Amino acid sequence: MAGKMLKLSLLLLVLSVFCSGALAAEGERLKLATTTSLQDTGLLDQIKEKFDELHNVSLDVVSGGTGIAIQYGERGDVDVLIVHDKPRELKFIEDGQGLERRCIAYNYFYVVGPEDDPAGIKDMNASQALATIMARGEADPASVMFVSRGDNSGTHAREKLLWKNAGLDYSQVNNSGPWYVDAGQGMGATLNIANEKQAYTLSDMSTFMAYQGNMTLVSLIGGGDDLLNVYVAMAVNPEKHPDVNCALANEFINYLVSDEGQDLIASYGMEKYGKPLFSPARGNCTLIGCSDGECAVPATASCAAA
Amino acid sequence: MEEIWNGFVRAIELIAGLDPLVVEITTRSLFISLSSAFLAAVVCIPLGGFIEFRRFWGKGALINAIHTLYSLPTVTVGLLVFLLISRSGPLGGLGLLFSPAGMILGQAILVSPIMIGLTITALAEVNPLIKETAKSLGATELQIIVTVIKEARVAVMAAVLLGFGRALSEVGVAMMIGGNIRGYTRVLTTSIALETSMGNLELSIALGIILISISLVINIVLNMVRG
Repeated sequence: MAGKMLKLSLLLLVLSVFCSGALAAEGERLKLATTTSLQDTGLLDQIKEKFDELHNVSLDVVSGGTGIAIQYGERGDVDVLIVHDKPRELKFIEDGQGLERRCIAYNYFYVVGPEDDPAGIKDMNASQALATIMARGEADPASVMFVSRGDNSGTHAREKLLWKNAGLDYSQVNNSGPWYVDAGQGMGATLNIANEKQAYTLSDMSTFMAYQGNMTLVSLIGGGDDLLNVYVAMAVNPEKHPDVNCALANEFINYLVSDEGQDLIASYGMEKYGKPLFSPARGNCTLIGCSDGECAVPATASCAAA
Repeated sequence: MEEIWNGFVRAIELIAGLDPLVVEITTRSLFISLSSAFLAAVVCIPLGGFIEFRRFWGKGALINAIHTLYSLPTVTVGLLVFLLISRSGPLGGLGLLFSPAGMILGQAILVSPIMIGLTITALAEVNPLIKETAKSLGATELQIIVTVIKEARVAVMAAVLLGFGRALSEVGVAMMIGGNIRGYTRVLTTSIALETSMGNLELSIALGIILISISLVINIVLNMVRG
């Protein structure tokens, strides 16, 4: 009996030692909280590969919606953010939580839905389309539904803005019946739900293109100023959070806005989807509503305060 | 149905071919959950001993509470540990959030009630004569506890293995504390959640098969130990 126990303990010990190899590669780490679209499309995997090699570090990507990413930043749990919701970004900077806003890329949100478009929204503007989906959905929830991210993400924030532009109160929309499905999930999962239910949803262009192959949903509205989607990187302020790795965060942002980083963003997705998933911010600063300072190369914010 | 079958076939290929990604994620899962089970065992076995052998006010209520916590929701533990080890939390200075060490801590807390509770049960089943004999031979309290734990070692080992199984198969703590970081904190369960949401069902199925196989092995070992 005792021999058996000894053997078992030895087995566990050997397993632990064998597995500890998994942890061996400890080095300098940069923690990035990001919106799901950059992660789910695979863009960040490529950026990570290049950046890790360049600086001999490890970029740790924690992916969630813009809401959760900003919260991680405010708690000092990550060093740098990539998000896409201008009002909350401005507030983050204003509160002294972030150093500066740096525009890195953009594309557009799409209103996607079933190919036969039961609510007939094609060629409307986005707010009109949403109001129409609501009217039709309330009348006939069996054939017209809308799936919302419902997770406080940048895409969810844009959806709320579109409801507001349509003259509707979001809390009323959210409680107006079974046609409105509050998913509380990331973009990919939300698209999958919309596809299963043959419902409408608002999606960023890149995630939609990456998932399109497995879905029957089509893009019905894309483009237009109210669907502009700008991705922004911000380093967490070391004055508020002395433990953050500010120097490396700035290096990362500088890499994103450098020619190499912008080229990578501009070409990402060409091979797989025949069309890039993101457009670089370089050269389009005014178009996407960023100031010259927000597009300057390299990043100028100083980490000296810490 | 075809999707499931194709996924299954591809999954077998991934496992049989020792796909590097599959091996890496499995290894990391085993390491983190073995470590958390070990950490929990070091604390919980002696603690279970003291609770069993000491008489104190509210003992029955405490044991009841421990039994209730067997089904402690993993997301609640995730939230609790998140608040503790976040940079803005009381243990923030350690920088444990989004690291394997943080996951080990979280899973250890998660499986503690099971280990303490089953240790208490195991010790209670030991013939009281052994305790009396040790006492009459002049053993200290600690020596008595060690003697009885030795006597109950099979059941105590079963408690540790069950804890390991729960740690390995949970997803709440791993996701909230680890953050599912590729190549660092991504484990079997969080990978399955991610890959499924991304539509990579083959990889999900492969990882699921591995997870079930490990549970099977744990069970076989458990029966061997008991047998």
